[in-house]
Amino acid sequence: MVLLTLLAAVTIGIIRARSLFAVVVLIGAYSFLMASAMIVLDAVDVAMTEASVGAGISTVLVLGTLYLTKVHEAPPRYTALLPLFVAIGTGAVLVYGISGLPEFGAAHTPVNTHVGMSYMDRSVPETGIPNVVTSVLASYRGFDTLGETAVIFTAGIGVLMLLKRFKAKD
Amino acid sequence: MRLDVLLRVASKLFLPFILMFALYVQFHGDYGPGGGFQAGVIVAAAVVLYAIIFGLDEAHKVVPSAVVEAMVPLGVLIFAGVGVVNMIGGDNFLNYTHLAHDQIHGQEWGVFLVEFGVLVTVSGTMVAIFYAFAGRGKA
Repeated sequence: MVLLTLLAAVTIGIIRARSLFAVVVLIGAYSFLMASAMIVLDAVDVAMTEASVGAGISTVLVLGTLYLTKVHEAPPRYTALLPLFVAIGTGAVLVYGISGLPEFGAAHTPVNTHVGMSYMDRSVPETGIPNVVTSVLASYRGFDTLGETAVIFTAGIGVLMLLKRFKAKD
Repeated sequence: MRLDVLLRVASKLFLPFILMFALYVQFHGDYGPGGGFQAGVIVAAAVVLYAIIFGLDEAHKVVPSAVVEAMVPLGVLIFAGVGVVNMIGGDNFLNYTHLAHDQIHGQEWGVFLVEFGVLVTVSGTMVAIFYAFAGRGKA
């Protein structure tokens, strides 16, 4: 509850701040709060990724972009009514969707009864890895992880192609 | 640079610990939280810190652009290569059982190598993107 209140406060700060530098710092703070929320939900691996990628590297990259552009937000060119309507509509649909979810941590849900439990039981005898997240990630779902690595590879060469081309012209 | 002696000394003290922590996250991922993705980002963060404090040229001397850009596809190749080696061993793609004398050790080796591939690609990509952004400011 404390975390969610802080998250809301930071979000309002992000919306209200006009200096983009302050916005970047606040987004970093938002990521750290999100990481803390993940720890509260016992998802330590996700929390670690959020803290290092969200708060660490993306903040640096956004600051690097800021260095190349202007530091102040331009005044909005169009009225904010349509985006506001879309945001409120999406939020309402999501809140309606929450009402269909099972209780947090309930034992009888499909997630906790079929494949999840099977991984929990099989991980140590079959792979010898106590951290089930790692064994699912690298062994049972190795093909997915290969795909994820390929996504990062693709993103990397995409950015390099875009940015390096301009550098060569200068 | 000029007045940032404190920053330079402090970051020099921190860098080995950051890299050590990255290695811990990488190789302890079987037992605690962590793995190739997180460790790769931490390694990249160490390089980025070095580049910010000591300047981009110094960072290029330690970690040249060419190495970083070679790392981006290399990691994917390591990952996929492990899968292909399994196929040569008469097994399914990315089924690590035949990498060692029994299943448990095969899994251990497979996960180790695959996570290493992830580390190489993730850290390479992050540093390459940072170099690309930081290098444009000068031009």
